[in-house]
Amino acid sequence: MATARNPAALVRPLVTPEGVDLRVKLADAGTRASGFLLDVVIIIVAAVVVSLVAIFGLGGLGVQEAEPLFIVWIIFIFLLRNVYFIAFEAGRRAATPGKRMVGILVASRSGAGLTLDQVIARNLMREIEVFLPLSILAARGGAGVADTLSTIFGLVWALLFSVFPLFNRDRLRIGDLLAGTWVVEAPKVALVEDLSLRKDRVAARFSAAQLDAYGIAELHKLEEVLRRDDYFAMKAVAETIGRKIGAKVEPVDSKAFLTAYYGELRAHLERKLLLGNRKADKYAR
Amino acid sequence: MTLPAGTDAVRQSLASFRQEREADWKAFEALLARVEKRAPRALSEDELLSLPLLYRSALSSLSVARATSLDSALIAYLEALCLRGYFYLYGARRSLRTRVGDFFLRDWPAAIRDLWREVWVSVGLTVVGAIAGYWLVASDKHWYDAIIAPSLAGGRNPDSSAETLRSVLYGDGGGHFLSGFAAYLFTHNTQVSILAFALGFAFAVPSVLIILMNGCMLGAIFQIYAAKGLGFELGGWLSIHGTTELFAIAIAGAAGMRIGTSIAFPGELTRMAAAAQAGRVAATAMVGVAVMLLFAGLLEGIGRQTITGDVARYSIGGGMLTLWICYFYLFRMVRHGNG
Repeated sequence: MATARNPAALVRPLVTPEGVDLRVKLADAGTRASGFLLDVVIIIVAAVVVSLVAIFGLGGLGVQEAEPLFIVWIIFIFLLRNVYFIAFEAGRRAATPGKRMVGILVASRSGAGLTLDQVIARNLMREIEVFLPLSILAARGGAGVADTLSTIFGLVWALLFSVFPLFNRDRLRIGDLLAGTWVVEAPKVALVEDLSLRKDRVAARFSAAQLDAYGIAELHKLEEVLRRDDYFAMKAVAETIGRKIGAKVEPVDSKAFLTAYYGELRAHLERKLLLGNRKADKYAR
Repeated sequence: MTLPAGTDAVRQSLASFRQEREADWKAFEALLARVEKRAPRALSEDELLSLPLLYRSALSSLSVARATSLDSALIAYLEALCLRGYFYLYGARRSLRTRVGDFFLRDWPAAIRDLWREVWVSVGLTVVGAIAGYWLVASDKHWYDAIIAPSLAGGRNPDSSAETLRSVLYGDGGGHFLSGFAAYLFTHNTQVSILAFALGFAFAVPSVLIILMNGCMLGAIFQIYAAKGLGFELGGWLSIHGTTELFAIAIAGAAGMRIGTSIAFPGELTRMAAAAQAGRVAATAMVGVAVMLLFAGLLEGIGRQTITGDVARYSIGGGMLTLWICYFYLFRMVRHGNG
């Protein structure tokens, strides 16, 4: 999959009316599948709970009094199946509870606002993608006539539609294709501390040659390592950097060394950036 | 150990960039969190006005940060914040009331008018199906069991006596579970319509088949009644809700055909764009179909067993059909008149 190899393949331009490209990231297949499974679990739990209440209600009341309850039950199950996705995706956050939990939402491919008819189109198609083959299977299984052939047919049908997003560039399912929508990542990211403001006891200074050893790509990797705060990773990285720039680093000092080097390297590269030289990685001049 | 000149100054100015703007970002984040949870009404006027200002300031911070800062965590934070703000502010979220109003006043009739050709084809197919069903059952009554599932037939079959058939038409039929049965029929019909719509993407073939089959069932039932001389009475019994219901199913089929044909023949648009455009018109029509089926269910549950006069039945059925046609095809003139 392109996803696993190259995450940049899933980034799409989204230019706001203010002229800033927000670079949305499409949700990958795994995230979407887990979001959908969460929704299915929610639906099933709700259906089971309501059905249990309805059954006990029917038992307690006579058949006469239970009729309104029966109608409410039929309509509720119908709504759960057909309206759950539509109501939540048409709502303010454009995401079902399951999608919200995994941090994705539905957006219009044109970049304009998501409209109700788009939400409806993408969710009615779910009927044939998932519910139709499974309900036919369930019905045949219930009646005891589910032979191997029809089971295989139903499963292959459902499988075909569920792997459809893997075979197009934009990860669209049939419903997305017809509605002009796609599913993008919209995670909530907290503002974390600025690492270059960290004051550590090693007040090391580095020469221009030592700072020129690395570029932006390495700086971002270094930032990742520092934020992860794993002792052994930092020790290994500190040794590598020390060897490259010719500095001696004691293992206990590796975090302080890396913090100091990160701060200096970033300031050095940012200064270059201001002067018009984006040094992409260590091979760039 | 010489230090490049100005490194400390760069560090200082980027740190103050963040310090100066951080309060705005936090305020924007807090406001967004509030409006995403509750209606915009929960905000005061000042807060509401500050929302777009804070959004633009966050966007400008993002541009500055991308151009000058190499703190990837900061850029990731600003990107996520701006994206959330963008989806909220440009999501064009109208209130539910205007949306519902727009749907009934403009979008729904417009979608049906847009589908006029497909609706004609769909109605034509229903008629063809009905004639075929009638003819098949008339030539060999075993076709009846093949066309109509026993669970839906409700004990009506070619061998039933005229009395049994008549009692279904005029008796109080299902008894106490009557409205429960109506609710069941409503969900069943909606599911059939959704299928007719959703399967349309396979070049409209399944939609055509579903509509033909639906017509076949109609013709088959009609034949067994007509053979006993009850054709006129059955027409009344069916039409009280059937005009609405059959029209709705025909529209669902039309919506499916629109999708299938626009995928097959996208015209000047790309196939994807044509599909997306057709999908949106068809989806609007489909919501209308659900509303119509709800009406049909109500008419069936309430009207069919309580109104037993043939004339009353025909006039209600005909009235509903006229109402729908006027609403879909003539309503636009009223709007033009109003400007």
